Amino acid sequence: MSGTATSGTATSGSATRSRRAFWIAGLVVTLLVAGFVSYYASAHPDGLEWAAGESGFADTARDSAVAGSPLADYGVEGVDDGRLSGGLAGVIGVAVTLVLAGGLTLVLRRRTGTADRD
Amino acid sequence: MHVPDGFLDAPTSVATGAVAAGTVALALRGARRELDERTAPLAGLTAAFVFAVQMVNFPVGAGTSGHLIGGALTAVLVGPWTAVLCMTVVLLVQAVLFADGGLTALGTNVTLMGLVAVAAGYGVFRLLVRLLPRTRSGVLGAAGAGAFLSVPAAALAFVGLFAAGGVADVPLGTVLAAMGGIHLLIGIGEAVITVAVLTAVLSVRPDLVHGARHLRRPADLATRPGLRAEGALR
Repeated sequence: MSGTATSGTATSGSATRSRRAFWIAGLVVTLLVAGFVSYYASAHPDGLEWAAGESGFADTARDSAVAGSPLADYGVEGVDDGRLSGGLAGVIGVAVTLVLAGGLTLVLRRRTGTADRD
Repeated sequence: MHVPDGFLDAPTSVATGAVAAGTVALALRGARRELDERTAPLAGLTAAFVFAVQMVNFPVGAGTSGHLIGGALTAVLVGPWTAVLCMTVVLLVQAVLFADGGLTALGTNVTLMGLVAVAAGYGVFRLLVRLLPRTRSGVLGAAGAGAFLSVPAAALAFVGLFAAGGVADVPLGTVLAAMGGIHLLIGIGEAVITVAVLTAVLSVRPDLVHGARHLRRPADLATRPGLRAEGALR
């Protein structure tokens, strides 16, 4: 990855390739975190759950209307292996988030015309 | 920090829903100025990355955990308006697909993590970037401080909402102490992760970091032909 802040004389071809390499590396890291590292996440209650318990309002929480969905609580219904179930759920979540956020930002971006080839 | 259904009453949830909708509408306009051919793909990737890292709760002691919010990190990487949109997409996917955060609390969660965490994190970052040296370390320090403060800021905003429309009748001081205290600890993790990720990105592609644009060499800036600035720096 040679592309640092380039001067105006850098060819856009090599900069584009470097950007693509960066993007792919970022996606690989993201998939590893969601699909593998997430298995080792702490299962303790998070800050809000803990504070709700301490202050005595935890019991006012209601189940989400989609609590029975096939991906509820970051597992895939029907997949019994915990590591596989959570990893799959993470990869699915990454894919959906990438498509939605990536699609939205691509629609909103400024198109800078012929200078852009990617 | 994902608020479930039931903690806040209906009027408060409707109000935060309106705040969230208004914020997203503004962000849809503001993000156009931040996104171009280079940065748009990075924004989608950043949202996916935040989703992934939010799955990894880290222990903060006393049988409690926390996870990255990512509001400050996203704002520094891709710009504050784009960060609002990225965080909103993450929270939407979590609530609808994974039942993480209530559906009626979606507006509340967008308000807390998409608006307050982003605004507090990026506001502190911008302030400190002006005060600290114009170096990579200055950017990292400012981002770390913004990330740290964004977490208790969002926690305090929740306490404010709870004061206005909490369903349970519990002493507000207890809620404030518990929420504030634990989220100061979680904020340390937020700062560590934010600085680590920014260090990595700045080491390979500093030109892609929205909050580090001022670090570009003067020679680069001199080539900026007005509004086509971003395009000239590829």
